Amino acid sequence: MMFVPGNNPGMMADAHIYGPDSIMLDLEDSVTMAEKDAARLLVHNALKSIDYGDTEMVVRINPLSTPYGKKDVEAVVKAGVDVIRMPKTETADEVRELEAEILKVEQEIGREGETLIMAAIESALGVVNAYAIATASRRMMGIALGAEDYSANLKTNRTPGGAELLLAREQIVVAARAAGIACFDTVYSNLDDMETFRKEVELIKTLGFDGKSIINPRQIEVVNSVFTPTEKEITKARAVVAAIKEAQAKGSGVIAVNGKMVDRPVVIRAERTIALAVASGVLKEEEVL
Amino acid sequence: MKNSIAGTLESGDIMITIGPGEGLQVELQSTVAAQFGRQIKAVIVETLEGLGIQDATVQAVDKGALDCTIRARVTAAAVRATGKDVWKD
Amino acid sequence: MRNTKLVTLEEAIYRSGLRDGMTISFHHHFRGGDKVVNLVVDKLAAMGFKDLKLAASSLSDVHAPLIEHIKNGVITGISTSGLRGALADAISHGLMKEPVVFRSHGGRGSAIANGELKIDVAFLGASACDELGNACGFPRSENAKSICGSLGYALPDARYAAHVVVITDDLVPYPNMPSSIKGADVESVVLVDSVGDSSKIAAGAIRDSKNPRDILLAKQAAKVIINSGYFQDGFSIQTGTGGASLAAVKYIREEMLRQGIKASFALGGITAHMVKLHEEGLIGTLVDVQSFDKVAAESIAKDPSHVEVSAVEYASGQHLGSATHALDIVILSALEVDTDFNVNVLVGSDGIIRGAIGGHQDTAADAALSIIVCPLLRGRIPCVVPRVTTLITPGSTVDVVVTEYGIAVNPGRPEIQEKLQAAGLKLVDIRDLAARASSIIGTPDPLPFGDKVVGVVMNRDGSVLDEIHNIVD
Repeated sequence: MMFVPGNNPGMMADAHIYGPDSIMLDLEDSVTMAEKDAARLLVHNALKSIDYGDTEMVVRINPLSTPYGKKDVEAVVKAGVDVIRMPKTETADEVRELEAEILKVEQEIGREGETLIMAAIESALGVVNAYAIATASRRMMGIALGAEDYSANLKTNRTPGGAELLLAREQIVVAARAAGIACFDTVYSNLDDMETFRKEVELIKTLGFDGKSIINPRQIEVVNSVFTPTEKEITKARAVVAAIKEAQAKGSGVIAVNGKMVDRPVVIRAERTIALAVASGVLKEEEVL
Repeated sequence: MKNSIAGTLESGDIMITIGPGEGLQVELQSTVAAQFGRQIKAVIVETLEGLGIQDATVQAVDKGALDCTIRARVTAAAVRATGKDVWKD
Repeated sequence: MRNTKLVTLEEAIYRSGLRDGMTISFHHHFRGGDKVVNLVVDKLAAMGFKDLKLAASSLSDVHAPLIEHIKNGVITGISTSGLRGALADAISHGLMKEPVVFRSHGGRGSAIANGELKIDVAFLGASACDELGNACGFPRSENAKSICGSLGYALPDARYAAHVVVITDDLVPYPNMPSSIKGADVESVVLVDSVGDSSKIAAGAIRDSKNPRDILLAKQAAKVIINSGYFQDGFSIQTGTGGASLAAVKYIREEMLRQGIKASFALGGITAHMVKLHEEGLIGTLVDVQSFDKVAAESIAKDPSHVEVSAVEYASGQHLGSATHALDIVILSALEVDTDFNVNVLVGSDGIIRGAIGGHQDTAADAALSIIVCPLLRGRIPCVVPRVTTLITPGSTVDVVVTEYGIAVNPGRPEIQEKLQAAGLKLVDIRDLAARASSIIGTPDPLPFGDKVVGVVMNRDGSVLDEIHNIVD
């Protein structure tokens, strides 16, 4: 997931050309207070007008406890955002509060139930409540770690090895899996040290994360190459694709795999898994349906 | 209405300065003036009219902003100038 | 010295027999640091000359002082590969009565060789020269101030001009050999303080672009080359100096190492990137018409397999032995490409002249595989358009266009299309690219062109390809 500051129109216009799975337009920490109003309008208009193709569009809003959060929700839901990322999530109640706010706007525009939520966990309390947060709403598609604020909250520093993040990472993966949702790791900001970045991506993949947040297109290739699918992942993806083909043949709009409903991001990820597998030579073109 | 500014001079952005005036007067400086000057002014006017603003003086310095960016910056400047937001409180 | 040709500039001009209405010529190897053109034309103006025709191999921002000389009737005609800055802007607004004649480097070479472009007096800057006129572009003493490497664009002038004046800022003892310009072709030698600002001639080595768009374009361009069928042991290549072109060299190199492939030669426009590959043993010979940076300029002075060629030997369409005829792959940039694959590298989307033909027409026509690498949009300026503002390089010579929104192959090259598709590259129709561009930025209004022809674009064979009209503000 590629972070793009919400106050930079130049970057927002073509972030998708580099092929990230999802783009997160940020209204929170990368935007100064004086520019929150302007950034909100930029993001709203960009989401409405720019053709981001298949890229999943995420917006990180300001917490509802700030003067900005409520307006952020209205602006991005009305623009049709795919996922709202809520920062600094600490309790399940906060999730339910956001959900209610989202529903209000959706009802106003007649698009109920479409907006998903991703909760960023950035504090000790958030980590403690990870499972409760992960299960607080049916809209919750994933939880993520925000390491900068988390390590500050722990009263320690970030290190290249990431020892200070071990518990948080494992807790988030466990909570996500127990809840049946996705989990994402935090950003790595040193663009000149691709080696350490690669090691970190390998570590979090082993821990079980589904993906990683990045801040620059140059990091995309490393993440993609580390996440080249395993055989098990490929089999699962092929099952999803087979289910789609079956549903299409039957004329059915509902796609189910192993009894579970499959929504657009899962479909796209399945197709991507297969594409990644083919691109890395693990799967032959002919073997794909 | 008070004088307000929104936007930057960065590539892909447009800086909008709005203030009181009679009718809608738009002065535009743009890196793509020959090709898109007319359209940029039209988007500015359209956006202001959509906000119910019929009287304002606008100075715009454009560095190749797309229409969606122009709409966003004009709205932001107008909101700052009038104190009336487009989102609910 | 007994038979010295060393004289003052004024004396050299007297001796040359220059009269009003004649043609003077210059090369552009000192690029943005050139001082020779302004120095000589200032002197000619002071001496009262009028109606001179200036045949430069190219002109840049630094030649803005020519505007005054044009206004005063000292210069009334220009032929060049390109124009930039204030001079270009003024000419686009109708400064000159006679249209500027634009030729490619190969085209200029051909025209000089076949007499179509007759040069009366050539004023050729050199980094080092002896008193009998043997001159070169690399350092021959510790006093060398302005090195430029190859003097490829000066060589046709030296050979065919009626009268040749070499201007140098480093006079060295005879014999300055081996040299690029031979004393036998030279009538006068003039010593000045400085022929060029070395900080602007070649600003060190050109660094690798960190721009993610350039890197994306470069990777795509490299993939096209590697899967085109032309990427075989002994292939030859030319790249431009844009960020994406240079970055592509890096990815091509990786694949060369992986497959154990070597290139027989690199042509151009030689940069430190090519020198590095050559010194690694990955490129056999560097065929150099212009040394773009200090590394290349120093390499050509020392390395016998880094050779200088004249503009004629480089790219003349009328000389079948010119190097472009042996070229396999060329990577070029563009200001605009249209849906017929025509390319414009000379006139901006605002109608103002702002570039140069360079070797574009020549390499696109002669190379086996011509690839254009350009972004779909530059800000709000579309680079893939329904019709180019000005036609510089005909679409029939362009094979592949690489943008960050997709790769388009000329329908005239179905075998390339098949190979790239088989390699898994996603190809798009160029008309879809143009449509995509306009869906993002809108459709531009027609440009305010006037009736005056301010520029004429020549084809390689000497015929007129297109006309440039003035812009009315």
